[in-house]
Formats: sequence, structure tokens, C-alpha cells
Amino acid sequence: MTRAGWIRVALVAGAVAALELATRAGWIDPHTIIPPSAMAAALAGLVVSGAILPDIAKTLSNVAAAFVLSVAGGFLLGLVIHAAPRLRRALDPLLATYYAVPFFVFYPLLIVVFGMSDLPIIVIGFLFGVVAMIIATLNGLDRVPRVALKVARLARMDAVSTALVIKFPAATPYLFTGIKLAVAYSFIGVIASEFILSGAGLGYAIAYAYNNFDNPRMYALMLFILVSVTAVNMVLHTLEQRMLRRRGLVR
Amino acid sequence: MTGAPAWQRYGDSVALLAGLVLLWWLLALWAGEEALTGPAETLARARELAGSRRFHAHVAESLAALGYALLLAALGGLALGTWLGVRPLAGQVAEPILVALYALPKITLYPVILLIFGLGLPAKVAFGAIHGVIPVTIFTLNAVRTIRPVYLKVARTLRLTPWQAFRTVWLPAALPEIVSGQRVGFALTLLGVLIGEMFASQRGIGFVIINAIGLNDVPTIMAAAFLLAVFAATVSAILLKIDRALHRRTARA
Amino acid sequence: MTLAAVAGPGLRAGEAHAALRGVTRIFPPADRRQAPVHALGPVDLDLAHGEFLAVVGPSGCGKSTLLEILAGLSAPTGGTVTFEGAAVQGSPPDGVGVVFQEDASFPWLTVWDNVAFGLRRAGVDAAETARRVDHALGFMGLTGFARAYPAQLSGGMRQRVCIARTLVLEPRLILLDEPFGALDQQTRLLMGDELLRLWRDTGATILLITHALDEAAMLSDRIGVMSARPGRFIDMVATGWPRERDSTIVADAAFGEVTARLWSSLRAESLKALGGER
Repeated sequence: MTRAGWIRVALVAGAVAALELATRAGWIDPHTIIPPSAMAAALAGLVVSGAILPDIAKTLSNVAAAFVLSVAGGFLLGLVIHAAPRLRRALDPLLATYYAVPFFVFYPLLIVVFGMSDLPIIVIGFLFGVVAMIIATLNGLDRVPRVALKVARLARMDAVSTALVIKFPAATPYLFTGIKLAVAYSFIGVIASEFILSGAGLGYAIAYAYNNFDNPRMYALMLFILVSVTAVNMVLHTLEQRMLRRRGLVR
Repeated sequence: MTGAPAWQRYGDSVALLAGLVLLWWLLALWAGEEALTGPAETLARARELAGSRRFHAHVAESLAALGYALLLAALGGLALGTWLGVRPLAGQVAEPILVALYALPKITLYPVILLIFGLGLPAKVAFGAIHGVIPVTIFTLNAVRTIRPVYLKVARTLRLTPWQAFRTVWLPAALPEIVSGQRVGFALTLLGVLIGEMFASQRGIGFVIINAIGLNDVPTIMAAAFLLAVFAATVSAILLKIDRALHRRTARA
Repeated sequence: MTLAAVAGPGLRAGEAHAALRGVTRIFPPADRRQAPVHALGPVDLDLAHGEFLAVVGPSGCGKSTLLEILAGLSAPTGGTVTFEGAAVQGSPPDGVGVVFQEDASFPWLTVWDNVAFGLRRAGVDAAETARRVDHALGFMGLTGFARAYPAQLSGGMRQRVCIARTLVLEPRLILLDEPFGALDQQTRLLMGDELLRLWRDTGATILLITHALDEAAMLSDRIGVMSARPGRFIDMVATGWPRERDSTIVADAAFGEVTARLWSSLRAESLKALGGER
């Protein structure tokens, strides 16, 4: 690991230790924050008893569905928009201001349209993730080297094989950025909807624990989300670095 | 993007917007009045809301929270990002942590904010600022770190003082990316403030919407969401215009 | 040719405008497993007042490092650097101007403001700034572009902006690090003419780093030839051109002799550098 990596690990460990010390010594009110060790113990208890497994399964499957939909949908929409420059020009300001509009206010309408199921939440996660993927796809397709397209034409490749063999691999570094953002936004969209609007899932469980002054349970759930989101991101980051290194884009 | 005449570009955008409104209208027809309010009714309700004294108080509350949160996020992110940008090791240590925080659904941490700040304006401000400060810091950090080294060599050969170099070389060189960061920061700060108002609050636009959701008052949900979208899109479009102008000037032929 | 001859006939150390004595530069390794990189030296060099000296050498020989040390942008590992009798220690002295190979014009300023940049920072008053900037723009053929931004100009024009920005400060020693490296051959010849005119009109001392042998031969009074890394001077060629000269000199028979000599000194070194990069 690099020097910066070691410092980072030490920094995070130090922060956790400091929080542990401050809560144990009573400098921080235990009604506000509980010690990290207590959070971990509470989480272990919840997992062993199986009490939160349904919530975990529900949230993670919703996030996964929103993620797959936004990556696939974003890539296809990106291809279409890239092929239609006039549509793209018209769409450009909308895409750029898209994230300033908070969508989950449309949750009740989605319930009317899709019924009382997981679908409205998945749609919100999708709405959060899809535009990041569209933008990343457009960026990637913009940066396919022209000479690579000329090579494809000299080899008399048709449109589909050009897309599969030339455009897709050339755009991969940018698509990966979109994929990483789609994961993050799927998590954010799903958990925020559960938290504020829904009656199930990890987001709801945290809000419920907060309203019932159940701090150990609340912090245990927070810890679970923090760890799982970070773990997913680290895996994606490692894959991305490996790909970039192979292409000589990072050392 | 250039090439097409201006009338065509604006014409296309207007046509696209008209298409979206039409889609909305058809959707409202299909879903029925109780499920989805159509464009005309939404506009009427929005005008009604905009004229009501009670709604003004909510708007004022939201704007105050947004204003303070933006101030904290913009200045805090600028300072932190600049510092991390000029210190390579600190930047390397901090960047993955910042990216991890960016990807985190921060809503899960809102109860902690409430426990620390209590119910009310400070909690909303803190939550909005937490959302906004991370992208502003990341963008500023990258902006400062990727300043072309030759600019800094010029600053040294012209024997600028550190303050002169910061003001006349570092800052303008990094400005386009810094503005991009502020634009993303604005969107997320607004999101944070709204989420803050939707949970455990009695005031603000977020409360108006969540209250209407509870009462199943569809026209109010639609009207408030519409006004919000117009506000957010307008501010974001202005920032985008500045952003694009700065980037265009800096782009090299 | 020996190093004593390199110092130049009839030049004592005290008379030099700028001087390097036993200068070396060794870069510390990126990590512990690698050996340190000996990039330069030891190098001795005397620049006479008003002289035009070019330095040529194979890629990676430390030419640019030499220039950065003389400019005070980086400190030598060993040896001393003096400019006008005072030691240069890792910070740029007054009276030295540098033009870089990369486009260093500031894209956020107009051409006029780019050229005025250094004068304003130095606290020169507005009337004097305007006079000098307008003069420099005229001299570099940029008068019509004063209000344009660099992004609207060609690469050659942008490099002129950078030269003008250096020129207005009236430096007594001008260091150029492959300033025309990114330009096409015709533009390079014309820029070379402008550089010669500038040199005659200002009376400044010029050190030019280049990898183009014809450029060095056409412009310089003396040409230092450097070895492959670690860079040392292996030859010093005096061209004997008159002070009044321009790019038409490339048609002169003596020009061919100078470039031929430069290439015979460099050929083996360039091969070494090529092999070393593999």
C-alpha cells in the first residue's frame, strides 16, 4: 500500500478510536452518539437474531434493480441521444440541471401509477441513477478516437460490430465513471425514499428506530449501510484501477 | 456545442419542453385527476400558492436554510479543496475518503444531525451543508491539483509574491472547475435542505410537500414540486451559463 | 575540444554575464528500489554579455534541467550558479526572463492583459505599462489581436504572446526552452528571425535550448553540444556569424558546415539516448 494509503487507514482508525474514547469518557452524551464498539455489537446482535435480514434483503434487492435498470437504460439512451445531435443539443440544458430537481416528491404519483409495491422506490432509484449513466455514455462516445473509427471503416465493419468492438471498449473508462455514480445514486434514491416515504427497508428501519429512541438499533443500521456502501465502492474502485492501469491511464 | 443556428437550437429546446408538457398532460388524462394533476390545474394551484401568505413563510424558511447552507458549503469546500489541492499528500489521503462520503446515502446520518443540533433551522442548514460541501471540495481539489505546472513556473520567474500568485494565477486557472463544483454543490445542498424539511420538521417547502403527501393533496404536491423544479432549474441554468462561458474561454484550439 | 576552450577565448570568469561552475543535478529515486538519476553535469558554462548561445543535445540529456537551474527554478545538487556576479540559489533573480516550450499564455486573460501581466504585478504605473505593452505587441505583430483571448489564436501566435510577456519586463538575460518546438518548420524560421531582431534591439543575452540543429546553427554565436545523460558539454561550436543576420543564412555554405559538425558530435550520443530509452 502507498504511504497515503497507510495514513488514510491510520486517520480513519484514529477517528473511530477518538469517538470510542469520547463516548466512553462521557464527553459526548450517550443519548447523542453511542461508542463505535457498541454499534458493532448491536449490529452483530441484529444480524444473529435475523431481525433485520428482511429489511436488508428488501433494500439491497431494490438497489440492485434500480442499478441494473439505470446502467442498461442509461447506456441505451446515451447511444440514441449520441446518434441524434439535434436532440442532444435540445436535451443538454435539461440533463445539466436534472440533479437540481428532487424527484422523490413524485413518490405518491408513482404509487398511483405503479401501485403499492417496491416498484415506485425502484423507479426513484432509477431516476436518480439513469442520467449520470447517460452523461457518462455521451462523454465516452465523444472520446472514441476518430482514427479508431477510420480503422473500423477501412475494415468494412458494420454499425453493430463497430459499436461492440470499437466504440464500447474505447468508451469503457467513462462508462465506468457512470457505473460508479449509478451505484451511489441508486443507494441514495432507494434509501432516501424508504427513509421519508415508505414503510419498509433499511431507510425506514433507521427512521423508525430514531422515532422510538432506539439508539443502538439506529446506529447499528447506519453502520451496516456505511460499511456495505463503502465495500461496494472499494470493489468498483479496484476494478476500475485495474482496467485503467491496463490501458496505461494510471500508473 | 456550435454549428447549428441559434433559432434552431432554441426552437429544438422549446419543442422538447412542449413535448414533455404534452406527455404530462396525456399522463394526467390517463391516470385521472385524483392521481396526477394536469399542467393547467398545476399552474393554477401554483399561482394560488404563490399568492398565499402562509406559503411565503415556508418559502422564507427554506430560502434562509438554503442560503446559510450554501454559504457554508461553498466557502468551506473552497477552503478545504484549495488546501488539499496544494498539499499533494493531504490530497491523496483525503480524496478517496471524500469520494466514499459522496457516494454514501447521507440521509442515514440525518438522525445524528438531529440529535446533535435538535429540531429546527440549524439541523437543516447542517444537513444541506454536508451534502454540498463534499462535491465542492472534490471539484476544487482537482481544479487546484491539475493547474498546468508551467503557469506556476511563470509565476515564479515573474517573482510574484505568494498572495499575488494565488490571486492572479492559481485562482483564475482553477476557476472554471471551481464553478462546476459550485453548480453540483448547489443542487445537492438544495436536496439536503429539502430532505431535512421532509423529516421531523414543521416548516419549509419540504414540509409543505410531505404534509400534502400525508393528506393526499395531489394538486399541492404537484404545484410545490413544479415551483421547486422551476427555481432549481433557473439557478442551475444561470450557473451552467457561467460555467460554460468560463470553460469555453479556457478551451484550447 | 577541452572544457577550457569551452569557456570561450578571452573571457575571464569575472566578465561573464551568467556562469555555471561544476553544476550537477541528481534526482532522488521515486522509490527505494531504484537508483538515483544522475541527470546533469558536472557542467561549466560562461555566457558573455549580449551573447546568443544555443544548447543542443539528445532527448533526456538534461538541457531543460540546465535551463531551470540557471533560471533559479530548481537548485543544483552541486556546483554554483551566478548571474551578474550574484549567486542564484533556487529562486529566480531579477532581470531574467524565461519562455517555455509549453504554451504558457493565460487563457483567462486577453492578449493585452497577458502581456501586461508581469508589469502590473511589478507595480509599473499604468501609462508606462500601456506604452511598453503596445510597443511589444507591435514588435511581435500582435497589435490587431490585443483584445483576443489566447484560445482564439494559433499556437505560433500564443508563443509570441508569451515572448512579448517576457520581453516587456526588459530582461537582461532571456532563457528559451525549446520555444518553437510545437510549431511547424516555416513558422519556426520566421519566429527565429523575430528572435534575432529582438536580440539585436534589446542587447540582451540569450540562452536557447533546442533539439533542432538547424535552428541552433542559424541563430547562435556559439552552440554547446551536450552528451546523453548525464548531460555534459562535449563540443562548443563558434559560428562566427555577423550580428546582422537572418534566416536566409541557411543558404550559406558555412551553415552546412556548422550543422554537419553538430551532427557528427551528436550522432553517437543520440544513438546512446535512443538505446537507453528502449
